[in-house]
Amino acid sequence: MTTTVPAETAVRHSSPGTADGPRRRPGRIRRVGLPYLLLLPALLLELLVHLVPMVIGIAMSFKELTQFYIRDWTTAPWNGLDNYRMSVDFNAPVGEALLHSFLVTVAFTLLSVGLCWLIGTAAAIYMQDTFRGRGLLRALFLVPYALPVYTAVITWVFMFQHDNGLVNHVLHDQLGLTDKPSFWLIGDNSFVALLTVSVWKGWPFAFLIVMAGLQNIPKELYEAAALDGAGMWQQLRRITLPSLRPVNQVLVLVLFLWTFNDFNTPYVLFGKTAPEAADLISVHIYQAGFVTWNFGSGSAMSVLLLLFLLVVTGVYLVLTSRGRRTRHV
Amino acid sequence: MRSIRAAAVGAVTMSLALAASACGGGSPTGGGSDDSPKTLTYWASNQGASIEVDKKVLQPELDKFEQQTGIEVKLEVVPWSDLLNRILTATTSGQGPDVLNIGNTWSASLQATGALLPWNAGNLDKIGGKDRFVDSALGSTGAQGQDPAAVPLYSMAYALYYNKKMFADAGISKPPATWDELIADGRKLSQDGKWGLGVEGSNPSENIHHAVVFAKQHGADFFTADGKPDFTSDQAVEGVKQFVDLMAKDRIIAPGNAEYAQNQSVSDFAKGRTAMLLWQSASANLKSQGMSEDAYGVAPVPVQSGTPGAGTGVNSMVMGINLAVFKNTDNLDGATKFVKFMTSDAEQKILNEAYSSIPPVKGAQSDQAFNTPANAVLKDTLAGSAVAAPQVADESQFETAVGTAIKELFADAAAGRAVTTDSVKAALEKAQQQMPTK
Amino acid sequence: MSDSPMAPPRSFLWSRRIFLTLLTGFVLVPVYVMVSSSLKPLADVTGRFRWLPSDLTIRPYVDIWSTVPLARYFVNSLIVAGAATLCSVVIAVFAAYAVSRYSFRGKRVFTVTVLSTQMFPGILFLLPLFLLYVNIGNATGIALFGSRGGLILTYLTFSLPFSIWMLIGYFDSVPRDLDEAALVDGCGPLGALFRVVVPAATPGIVAVAVYAFMTAWGEVLFASVMTNDTTRTLAVGLQGYSTLNDVYWNQIMAASLVVSVPVVAGFLLLQRYLVAGLTAGAVK
Repeated sequence: MTTTVPAETAVRHSSPGTADGPRRRPGRIRRVGLPYLLLLPALLLELLVHLVPMVIGIAMSFKELTQFYIRDWTTAPWNGLDNYRMSVDFNAPVGEALLHSFLVTVAFTLLSVGLCWLIGTAAAIYMQDTFRGRGLLRALFLVPYALPVYTAVITWVFMFQHDNGLVNHVLHDQLGLTDKPSFWLIGDNSFVALLTVSVWKGWPFAFLIVMAGLQNIPKELYEAAALDGAGMWQQLRRITLPSLRPVNQVLVLVLFLWTFNDFNTPYVLFGKTAPEAADLISVHIYQAGFVTWNFGSGSAMSVLLLLFLLVVTGVYLVLTSRGRRTRHV
Repeated sequence: MRSIRAAAVGAVTMSLALAASACGGGSPTGGGSDDSPKTLTYWASNQGASIEVDKKVLQPELDKFEQQTGIEVKLEVVPWSDLLNRILTATTSGQGPDVLNIGNTWSASLQATGALLPWNAGNLDKIGGKDRFVDSALGSTGAQGQDPAAVPLYSMAYALYYNKKMFADAGISKPPATWDELIADGRKLSQDGKWGLGVEGSNPSENIHHAVVFAKQHGADFFTADGKPDFTSDQAVEGVKQFVDLMAKDRIIAPGNAEYAQNQSVSDFAKGRTAMLLWQSASANLKSQGMSEDAYGVAPVPVQSGTPGAGTGVNSMVMGINLAVFKNTDNLDGATKFVKFMTSDAEQKILNEAYSSIPPVKGAQSDQAFNTPANAVLKDTLAGSAVAAPQVADESQFETAVGTAIKELFADAAAGRAVTTDSVKAALEKAQQQMPTK
Repeated sequence: MSDSPMAPPRSFLWSRRIFLTLLTGFVLVPVYVMVSSSLKPLADVTGRFRWLPSDLTIRPYVDIWSTVPLARYFVNSLIVAGAATLCSVVIAVFAAYAVSRYSFRGKRVFTVTVLSTQMFPGILFLLPLFLLYVNIGNATGIALFGSRGGLILTYLTFSLPFSIWMLIGYFDSVPRDLDEAALVDGCGPLGALFRVVVPAATPGIVAVAVYAFMTAWGEVLFASVMTNDTTRTLAVGLQGYSTLNDVYWNQIMAASLVVSVPVVAGFLLLQRYLVAGLTAGAVK
């Protein structure tokens, strides 16, 4: 593969701004091989930890891998598409539950990512200016993110308890907003609880990334805009947000993928069986695989999830990268 | 062009991966060996107040074993939250401990994997024979007609723990013997922020333990004789409804209990917030929470009418921990010796006393230590009115499906939604359809 | 923008004040709960919530060390997360540099593949990965399962895809003239990378390192299956405080604080670094 790379392209791309000269010619072969060498460690590791296990996982999804066969999965009987058929039969309970879980996850992910991005970006922009206490505030804002997931979520569990939690103490005892203490960890409110924890934990990440992105916007742009008489809000709209586009493109996508696949938060919040209203797909699949010992159908559901995410990401990249590519040309 | 290239790279990756997985996968399928006769790995379940407590209880005994046999036992106390996952991954990969504790309700499920050493007559003889063990305990060691997948280590049973002072204050002279009495007493006790009874509404396993007994009291089993799920019989629905109604209709359980899953109901009881608790062998727990033994009484779990006994008179599941040997251990002889050691009369006495459980070994059970009034109740229950967990391969799925269904029903009850025969039946119907069909 | 030519309008200042106040409250309340609960006696945290402790006690801070072997878990987490972060960042820098500065066949396949690994539901490859590690162990004698090494390897690949993607973005924003100049000055490509591109992209690298560290620090699922008593990490180990007879909320909170303080402190240090990287002038 390496030898067929057109060297000219490599050189041209590596130095778009300068005129190319014969100076670099002797190193051409090293140059051609170099990118592959740089990629090698990453590639090997991804292969070992992600791709190979994924292929095994896909193979498992075509097998009847229940407690009778897990001892040696290679000898488990193939059952073709049975696992898939069962997963997408939305009229039967298994498929219906999966669909429900999927929809809950989509709603949860959209809300969580939207809020994380909004709060993170707003905070980053508001804190671009220096003001008294900014450093302290910035440090404070990073705390939720710095806390290990377990400690953060368990603190929220503590606060969401029905009898002894802070949330009910404030809403019911102190403010009198509810007639009786609400349940947050079971029943319908569990969705709100999950969303709250997810946003609390996630927005500082958006904040951090946008903050770093803001630092890379050249000051000259603002100065020029100011000379043109653009006000603060106009500068925000015309310079800041467009300049953040490349950062946002990645940020929103990864937030989406993480939130969608998040396991730690619902698992610590609700345990091995989540309430229906907050039955995120990762825990749902975990339950299908590990708790009920059917790794075949668990894998099949995972593969379906993977396909969905691939499609979404593909569409997303096509839609967003157009703008990005033109910027670079 | 680009897509062709991508496809080619993808194909190469796939084939590489498949090659790698073909070499891998699977586990040594053979039996055990005696390749490393000097060490054993032992996964213990968490029986005491904490993992550290367990280590303090077990380590001196393991040292004793090492002195006797020269075999070093590496102990790991695995938290309940991880134990089943660890066993499953160990089973799949063949990389596990030599000896391990399993909850006795899992026996048949784990037996089906074929990863555990079957205790056939020959193996049982090495540890003193089948007759050393109490029958009810042996009934929870695997499917009927097959060699046990494990041997009983600790036996436990449910009992009704009641707060003597709260009973006296409410003018109740004796513990309830039937559910009607329990409800009547519970209503008297549920006032001034105190409640009659506590449950762990969000803990599927706890729910199952009660549901099986309630169903049985109505004459229903959750599985047919040939092991097919049968969750929706009228009697089963009635049993489950009666259980949930303790909160929904009878209102003797605090609604907050619906979200309990970490033994909060035990600490509520120890702190005098609830007057009654249905729990298995709770003495050690209550003691470590500072509740003195004089403060509470122990009575059999209520029945529908009459007195506890077989059939519809059952009032507990046979609870307990079994000791199993991983089939592909590399120290089969040592593992067997270790099981023999742990089930010896002397060790049984020490261990069961430490965990306030009942020895499933006849020789140890007669010891003075297990004749206290509290233990007498548990012993009688085990001997006369306890029902074994369904010994079917799908027991684990059953626990999840039905346990979760009941959890949702409690959530409904707590939120003030009606729990009707129809809603219970619908929940159980859904649970049943989630069971494997094969 | 302190050096912004125009003073911010009043509406901006007011909305900022309101927004930041609310946000501070949202962030602070759980932190306050953690701190105050860690100083309460057990009766306070198992009873109705109260804002102020009835009695201040440091007992939880003494007890946490004996309830679970916290110190060992802490060391394990530090080793695993630290090593995973270091490896992940170095590998990601190389890969991102290749993608950002070179055009080569397979580039798009690489980036798409790497990104797509972010989509794998962890649950899909937990069991296969475990199998793979066991088989590697059987074949080569390298113990990956149950060891810190296996966990390091796993975690570093968790953070790798995102790190690479993020760094490509940051490297792209570093003007190419800079490394061209370095090349003219006689640096090799790696010289240009480490002397010019990396310093200029420090904020991005710090952010990525922070991310890698947090990923490894908080992961629960793989850690619960892949570790044993001696290699258990904090995320799993902390669950030991909800024991069979009581949930020691005050100890959970105390332990959470103890394990969080060093991390948060590390954050503050890195933050300064982050700002320093920006004033280096390379980007302006």
